[in-house]
Amino acid sequence: MASKSLKNLTAPLSGNNPVIVQILGICSALAVTVQLKPAIVMGLSVMVVTAFSNLVMSILRKGVPSRIRIIVQLVVIAALVILVDQVLKAFVYDVSKQLSVYVGLIITNCIVMGRVEAFALQNKPWDSFLDGLGNGAGYGMILVIIAFFRELLGSGKLFGFEIIPAEWYINNGGVYANCGLMLFPPMALIIVGCIIWVHRSFKKDLQEK
Amino acid sequence: MEMLNLFIKSIFIDNMVFAFFFGMCSYIAVSKSVKTALGLGLAVTFVQTMTVPLNYLLNEYVLSAGALYKWIPVEALKDVDLSFLSFIVFIAVIAAFVQLVEMVVEKFSPSLYNQLGIFLPLIAVNCAIMGGSLFMQQKVDAGEIANVWESIVYGLGSGLGWWLAIVMMAAIRERLTYSHIPAALKGPGIAFIITGLMGIAFMIFSGIKL
Repeated sequence: MASKSLKNLTAPLSGNNPVIVQILGICSALAVTVQLKPAIVMGLSVMVVTAFSNLVMSILRKGVPSRIRIIVQLVVIAALVILVDQVLKAFVYDVSKQLSVYVGLIITNCIVMGRVEAFALQNKPWDSFLDGLGNGAGYGMILVIIAFFRELLGSGKLFGFEIIPAEWYINNGGVYANCGLMLFPPMALIIVGCIIWVHRSFKKDLQEK
Repeated sequence: MEMLNLFIKSIFIDNMVFAFFFGMCSYIAVSKSVKTALGLGLAVTFVQTMTVPLNYLLNEYVLSAGALYKWIPVEALKDVDLSFLSFIVFIAVIAAFVQLVEMVVEKFSPSLYNQLGIFLPLIAVNCAIMGGSLFMQQKVDAGEIANVWESIVYGLGSGLGWWLAIVMMAAIRERLTYSHIPAALKGPGIAFIITGLMGIAFMIFSGIKL
């Protein structure tokens, strides 16, 4: 694999991360992060959709007139999302129930559309595929970080397993209590704010003047 | 009373931004000045109020299980369930409607078009609009929306809730330009944290039963 192609895959993980740098696709990033498992499933679904929509649109890029490209993109993306939704319903039904409307919202997830517009329409299929894969992974990574903190601090579990020893809890004579606020939506926003804060203190070139 | 309940609930308790994070991308990007926030909020409210009932009708008479049988009494259609198509139908309705509004506004009111111009295409991919339609579908299944009037009320309420949120955010951010924020937090970082704090404030509404 040429190093330039590899860069398409790795750049979105940190320096050009879709969620915390490009500020795309936040809508779904926050709602599915109460627990790790749905967050990982959502991250994988978005990865599949971004990668294949980039691939398809990159193959079609010379044949689609630019006036109607938006509707073509929406049809391609919606078809992929329907596939993902049906697969999720078939194999991980309980998680698909937890994700509820957010699977459908991958269609309007700005990452998918944004990458197709910004990258796939100007680049070759293989590069576009890698770019989509990388952006999906960058998105999934942020989802996992948020879900890690929310599940650990909010319910004392990871992947549904108890992490905090039972005797630490106040009910059992200890001093610890779960932070119930973590389970509410606003805390996800505050965690994203903090991730951006930490990320930008290391990457000074991203800071706003 | 039922309608008023739905209206208040969709503005404050189930606020699109604070409870479900819908439309966050344009919410963060366009909330830098109150004037543009007002414009985008108006456009979103309008499109939401129109597309939710349209999608409600499609859902009721075409997509859901046995819906076609209601008006085409052919035995073969009795078990047809097209609900797996709802994503693609909803997004097509939204995209087509936005396109239509853009053309109509451009033709009849160029001044409004110039104000809203850049925002209209953005709305097609605003998750608040798609989310409104998908939640409407869920609420129909749960029995909370029973007829087309209630779906209009729901669309209007959720649009107004989004409008309220973005205007409040823009007002706060205008003030923030004069305050000393750590360099790494400037821009999106502080915007997220403020939205989180506003969300906590909005949580007080969640106890209200009308």
